[in-house]
Amino acid sequence: MKLKINDIEVEVEDGSSVFQACVAAGVEVPHFCYHDKLSVAGNCRMCLVELENAPKPIASCAFPAADGMVVRTDTPSVEAAREGVMEFLLINHPLDCPICDQGGECDLQDQSLGYGRGTSRFADNKRAMPEQYLGPLIKTFMTRCIHCTRCVRFATEIAGVEDLGLINRGEEAEITTMGRALDTEFAGCLVDVCPVGALTSAPYSFAARPWELNHAQSVDVSDGVGSNIRVDSRGRQVLRVLPRLHEEVNEDWIHDKARHAIDGLVRQRLDRPYLRTPNGKLTETNWDTALTILAERMASCEAERMAALAGNLADCDSLYALKSLFAARGCQNIDCRQEGGELGSGDLSAPVAWLFNSTIAGIEEADAVLLIGCNPRDEGALINARLRKRFLQGVQGGVLPIAQIGAEADLTYAVESLGNSPQALEQLLAGTGFAEVLAGADKPLIIVGAGSAARPDGKALWEGLRRLSEQVGAVGQSTWNGFNVLHSAASRVGGLLMGFVPTQGGNGGKGGKGTAEIIQAAEAGELDILWLLGADELGNSAPDENSRENPYEKLGKTFVVYQGHHGDLGASHADLVLPAAAWPEKEGLYVNTEGRVQTANRAIFPPGEAREDWKIIRAVSGALAKQSGGGVVLPFDTLPQLRQKLFADHPVLAELDKPQKAEWSQWHATQSELNFSQEAFTPIVPDFYRTDSISRVSETMARCSAVRQAARSGSAEQIFPQTGSPLFDLAPQEGLSPQEVEAS
Amino acid sequence: MLAESDKVFRNLHGQADWQLAGAQSRGVWQNTAALLAQGREEIISKVKDSGLRGRGGAGFPTGLKWSFMPKEEGEFPHYLVINADESEPGSCKDREILRNDPHLLLEGCLIAGFAMGAHKAYIYIRGEYWLPLQRLEEAIAEARTAGLLGDNAAGSGFAFDIEVTRGAGAYICGEETALLESMEGKKGMPRLKPPFPAGVGLWGCPTTVNNVETIAVVPTILRRGSDWWSNLGRPKNTGTKIYSISGAVETPCNVEEELGIPLRDLIEQHAGGVIGGWDELQAVVPGGSSMPLLPKHICDDLLMDFDTLASHQSGLGTAAVIVMDKKTDLIEAVGRFAHFYMHESCGQCTPCREGCGWMYRIMKRFSAGQGRAEDLDLLWQVSRQVEGHTICAFGDAAAWPIQGLMRHFRPLLESRIVQAESVTKSPTGEGGAPASVEAIASASSAATPATPEAVLKD
Repeated sequence: MKLKINDIEVEVEDGSSVFQACVAAGVEVPHFCYHDKLSVAGNCRMCLVELENAPKPIASCAFPAADGMVVRTDTPSVEAAREGVMEFLLINHPLDCPICDQGGECDLQDQSLGYGRGTSRFADNKRAMPEQYLGPLIKTFMTRCIHCTRCVRFATEIAGVEDLGLINRGEEAEITTMGRALDTEFAGCLVDVCPVGALTSAPYSFAARPWELNHAQSVDVSDGVGSNIRVDSRGRQVLRVLPRLHEEVNEDWIHDKARHAIDGLVRQRLDRPYLRTPNGKLTETNWDTALTILAERMASCEAERMAALAGNLADCDSLYALKSLFAARGCQNIDCRQEGGELGSGDLSAPVAWLFNSTIAGIEEADAVLLIGCNPRDEGALINARLRKRFLQGVQGGVLPIAQIGAEADLTYAVESLGNSPQALEQLLAGTGFAEVLAGADKPLIIVGAGSAARPDGKALWEGLRRLSEQVGAVGQSTWNGFNVLHSAASRVGGLLMGFVPTQGGNGGKGGKGTAEIIQAAEAGELDILWLLGADELGNSAPDENSRENPYEKLGKTFVVYQGHHGDLGASHADLVLPAAAWPEKEGLYVNTEGRVQTANRAIFPPGEAREDWKIIRAVSGALAKQSGGGVVLPFDTLPQLRQKLFADHPVLAELDKPQKAEWSQWHATQSELNFSQEAFTPIVPDFYRTDSISRVSETMARCSAVRQAARSGSAEQIFPQTGSPLFDLAPQEGLSPQEVEAS
Repeated sequence: MLAESDKVFRNLHGQADWQLAGAQSRGVWQNTAALLAQGREEIISKVKDSGLRGRGGAGFPTGLKWSFMPKEEGEFPHYLVINADESEPGSCKDREILRNDPHLLLEGCLIAGFAMGAHKAYIYIRGEYWLPLQRLEEAIAEARTAGLLGDNAAGSGFAFDIEVTRGAGAYICGEETALLESMEGKKGMPRLKPPFPAGVGLWGCPTTVNNVETIAVVPTILRRGSDWWSNLGRPKNTGTKIYSISGAVETPCNVEEELGIPLRDLIEQHAGGVIGGWDELQAVVPGGSSMPLLPKHICDDLLMDFDTLASHQSGLGTAAVIVMDKKTDLIEAVGRFAHFYMHESCGQCTPCREGCGWMYRIMKRFSAGQGRAEDLDLLWQVSRQVEGHTICAFGDAAAWPIQGLMRHFRPLLESRIVQAESVTKSPTGEGGAPASVEAIASASSAATPATPEAVLKD
């Protein structure tokens, strides 16, 4: 379709709106209620334009473009309409910009400057509205609300919670949940979509002005989706995290853990090396001592009696450095799968067996979905949002069929439960029930949680899913691979792609030891050194899961080195603590569950004596080289040098921002018998808000977690009626070591 | 004066039996099957030929509206929705049809439904209409029992049924798309157009929304022919219309008359004339509260039809004629309208939500004699900023009465400006506002000694 906007000829796709045509023509149209990821409301009336032969100005966001239209946005009548709407929006707006957190990045402020009158003609009393309680992350000033309903549409359409609405009418209209916290992991996005200061971020309230902040482009590490984010910092503190648009990954959104766990970055930090003294206490030490002690121990340790385990937040650079260090020592006992399981090694070494092969954007093509042993809402909230988006689109003649094997949960869309144990998979393999739906679909999609691989019957499960995928035609087509593994750890796919796993054969075949064998060996006293690279969830042991066995208790006889940034489980069981940088404090490569390699940039400096992980490992190799029999120094002095080596060894990591293409044919059948256990699937992520060492110490996350529990038991409003005081204590020395404070 | 034989609504005042037997005796439900046997195209073309325009306010040609419906029933069923949410202040014509001649509407529903391929009609009735609701429901039950509705409606072989939905008292639900939202169980807020209801209407299906009176006249047009209808009234403004006459008249009433009847005739022949005589007339609101009022000098020879009223920058609306004599405080009256619109604005879009309250507050200042000089231009501009910039026509409805007042009675408003306080004190000393321009003139002279200059001279 061709149309003319202000004499500029422009061609747009069918189904576009006049607004989109204006954007395509490079003509700016002011707007408030329009958001390109939400349904069109057309209620702010700011985007009025003149259409030839139309009696009245039209709302460009809601008006379909048609061939041959002639549109003008620069006539006096359009200007008058904008000025009028702007004036109406402002008459009941408090104009309290100096005390509003939105100030400086407010659509109302900007557009009032661009399109409004200079002065007010309103001489009456302004309307005031009571504040609302929407949960612990949103601070409200409803008097500032312009009723654009973006928040209502976001909550209803994207987040899948229908608790938010516009009640009353006319001047009395107000946005409210009737006092309930919104049970959504996307509360922060409501603040993003609000074009004014009505909904502002509670944890960030009055913390900074936007022009004071430094911006760094980064990647979220709190799950395996790899959401693109922007980290805003001032001085040494990360003050907020905002989403960056990436259509194929997170679109415009990020979840609240990615956004609000940052107050955990300044708590429980390891800001200097610690050494466990003979009396059993961790005491402060310095880098020289720490490196020397470690080098001495490693130099005299047999390769068989060393091991390294990597946690969920490790970046590829540090994984590669640690792998290189252990390889130089001839040690094969390395594993990046701290929860256990055999994904990425042995029978399951083919990448197609552990990647999200359809890609996240590919979810939108699926026409039948099976979820098994995973809760996408908790393990990959944005993948769940994508599933909901697909669900809302529907399929020809009805709703998208989605079935689940696993613990039932509210996933924000309709799910048919097939049971909670692998027995349900046997029925599908028999070709009955939902298997027929999958087989009848053009593009069936199967999503399995990576954590399920750590079950005792993990390998049988994978073999069963391999057969099911072939049976229903989810794989084998040239354009569609519907077998997907959902990883919930940011480090996992990177580790697997570079082979941070014990070498072929397991310890039975005298290869390297995997996680379970390493813990066994440590308990049996067969291990002298265990290096934990941020491994705080061994055997998936969250600290508040008291019922579970704590694998850390079994490490007593081993010299445990913990390299990481928070005083969590790993550090408290360590003999030597090497303080490292947390994710915003270092550059890093992360690979998401699709195998998409993305770079995170540094936003701030690490606190105290903490250093980037790869540098610590490089320094250990240097100290080691000084010992007799310590070997050579790792061959990189800078990050670019390290990356050069990394890319040379693992070319798949060199291609940025592209999902991996894995061949189904590489995954071969292994077992003839499928021995499924009777055991039910347990949630891999028991508490969405508290999954890693940063979010576990975040007060905001603790609050969210408590409110979610209360909301699901129906009493949120009584527990946290108010959002409370800002969570940032903005003392200038926050994050600095005592020495630095003295020096300054 | 319209001949009794040319009247469609022969029981408008409830003088006869409203039930099925009575209706049949007046010709309703006679040979309905034969009317339907003409076929869809023929019915629509006859309605087009008759020149019938919608009676709900906008005056859109009815036949044309029906022809927007898809020709064949596709994946989705078609619906006919009758707008019986009569809430326009001043208007009470649909109520009379619903309670005194409901079968006229029901037969119209069947014919219109057949013409647009709808097997179902919904009547959305104003929640406050209790007696009309009861009678309507009873009439539907009668029609079902008599086989006039059902799988073989009136023996035509066409399956057709009617259901009644009650509104809950919101004026905005009389806007056709807000009405559909309300019927779907949502908040009554108008939808964006396009898409129009004929494409995407009730529950996403092709839908036509018609006013009660529009549908009720259709059977008679088909029986007596398009020519009969188009010979009544004036060109492009054909047929008869129920006028609701209220205000300062001797006998307020509903009356069916030809379109294009002179206003003065209408008032004097049917409503007993303006109280105190035609010269006591100050202004007339010709079409319900949302139409701009017209001063006496225009009313003197005004014809009551769509096009004539539009040429005077007003409109026929629902033909609810509100007569205001010289005792009426026009500012107070229009201010009351402004309050109504502020109260009924749905709050969805900006100009209406914010503008209606603002206009009311300025009107309130004027009616209290507290107007400011700048308020005059401000009020005009605010009303212009609301008009034409909203999702639905509510914004226009709120702005027009104020624009009408300012267009014709600006001196009256000027007299209420606070600087002229001494002038606006009524001669009786009650502090009330003077009622008319003449009163102001006399008040001005009476107040002259109160000016400082005058005091000094004394």
